[in-house]
Amino acid sequence: MAEISQDQGSHKKGKGKKRSKKLSTRIDLTPMVDLGFLLITFFMLATTLIKPQTMEITMPSNKDVTEDNQTVAKASQAVTLILGGKDKVFYYFGKTEGAQLTATDYSAGGLRKLLLQKNFSIIKQVEDLKSEKTKTRMKDEVYKSQLSKIKSGKNAPVVRIMATDKASYKNLVDALDEMNICYISRYAIVDIDAADQALIAGKDI
Amino acid sequence: MPKVKIPRKSTWVDMTAMCDVAFLLLTFFMLTSNFTKKEPVLVATPSSISEIKIPETNVMTMLIDKSGKIYFGIDGQDNRQQLLQMMGETFKIKFSQEEIKTYTLLDLCGNPIESMSSFLKMKPEVRDLPQNNQGIPADSTNNQLIEWVKAARIVNPELRIAIKADESTPFPVVKKVMKTLQTLEENRYNLITRLEGESDI
Repeated sequence: MAEISQDQGSHKKGKGKKRSKKLSTRIDLTPMVDLGFLLITFFMLATTLIKPQTMEITMPSNKDVTEDNQTVAKASQAVTLILGGKDKVFYYFGKTEGAQLTATDYSAGGLRKLLLQKNFSIIKQVEDLKSEKTKTRMKDEVYKSQLSKIKSGKNAPVVRIMATDKASYKNLVDALDEMNICYISRYAIVDIDAADQALIAGKDI
Repeated sequence: MPKVKIPRKSTWVDMTAMCDVAFLLLTFFMLTSNFTKKEPVLVATPSSISEIKIPETNVMTMLIDKSGKIYFGIDGQDNRQQLLQMMGETFKIKFSQEEIKTYTLLDLCGNPIESMSSFLKMKPEVRDLPQNNQGIPADSTNNQLIEWVKAARIVNPELRIAIKADESTPFPVVKKVMKTLQTLEENRYNLITRLEGESDI
C-alpha cells in the first residue's frame, strides 16, 4: 500500500532553502494486523472453551462393612435396577425372593417415570423448597443442607444399580443421571449377587 | 479558466485501531486458553445433566476406549517425571533420560510397563497407532493400574480421579477399573460426561 507523504510538493516552492525531508512517522500496520488475526485463529482452534462436565460418584468402601454397620433398607423402599444389554433395564421392588422382573428403557417415559412415581413425596418436598428459596431468598448453604436432608429422608427410596456384562458404560451413566434427575441420593452400584444371578438366569438380559 | 481540481482521496485506512482489537482478542485467548489435550484415541463420552466442571489441575485421568483399553495420565510435567521414575523402581525397569523426557510430554499413556521403554522410543507419528497401544493391564492376575494410581498418589496427594470412557465401552472393563479403585480405598471419583444435547466434538 503506497503512502502519500504529507510534505509532497513542498520542494517546488522552495527558494533555494534546503529543508530536510520530513519522514512520515506512520507505519503500515496491515502486516501486524494479519499476524494478530493469524495468532487469534490459532488460539481459537487450539483451545477448549467448553470444559467437560463430570459426574461425581462415591462408591461404598470395601473395608469395615460388617453385618452390624450395614444399613438395611426397608423392603418397601428398595428398588433394584438391572442394566441389561440392548439398552434395556430391568427392575423390581422389594426383596429379591419372588420378585418379578419388569423391563423398561432409559427414556423419559420409562425409567424416569418409574422413579418419579416411587420418589413422589420427596420430589414434592424438593419443589416446595425450591419455590420457598425463590420467595424468601434463602441462602445457598441453607438450601443445600435442607435439600440433602430431604433427599436422605426416611421414606426416600434406596436404589441398587446392578450392571450385567452386556451393559455399556452409557447405560451406567444414564442410570446415574436418572438418580440425579429424580433427586435420589441413596443409591449404590453393586455387584450382582447370587440371588439376583438366579433371578436373571435363563432370561434374555 | 481555472481548472477545478477534484482532490483525490487517499485509500489509506488507519490500521492502528484494527491492530489494537486484534491484539486485545489475542491476549484474551492466550490468557483464557487451556490447550486441547491430545488423546491417543477418540472417545465419545456419554451425556448427562450434571453441570459440575472438572478442575484443570491435579487430575489423574483414566481413559477407557471402545475396545476396553485403559490409558492413564496425570497432569504436570514434573509430576509425570517422578511418576515414571517411581514406576520404574517398582517394576525394576531403568528408564533413560530420553525416555523420561518423552513420557513427560505425553498426556495419556496406555501400555504395559514392560513395553513402555520401546513405546517411548517410537517416533511420534507411529505412537498413536492402535497396535502400539495395548492398554494398561488391570486384571486380577496382572494389575498394573493399581501401581500407577498408587504411584500417582504419592507424587501428588491432591490428585482427583477422573474416568473418561466411551459410550459403548462394555461395562466389565469399567467395573475392573472401579474395583481397582475400590481396593485402593479411592471411593470418590468423577465420571466425565458431556452436556445433554451438545453435539460431540
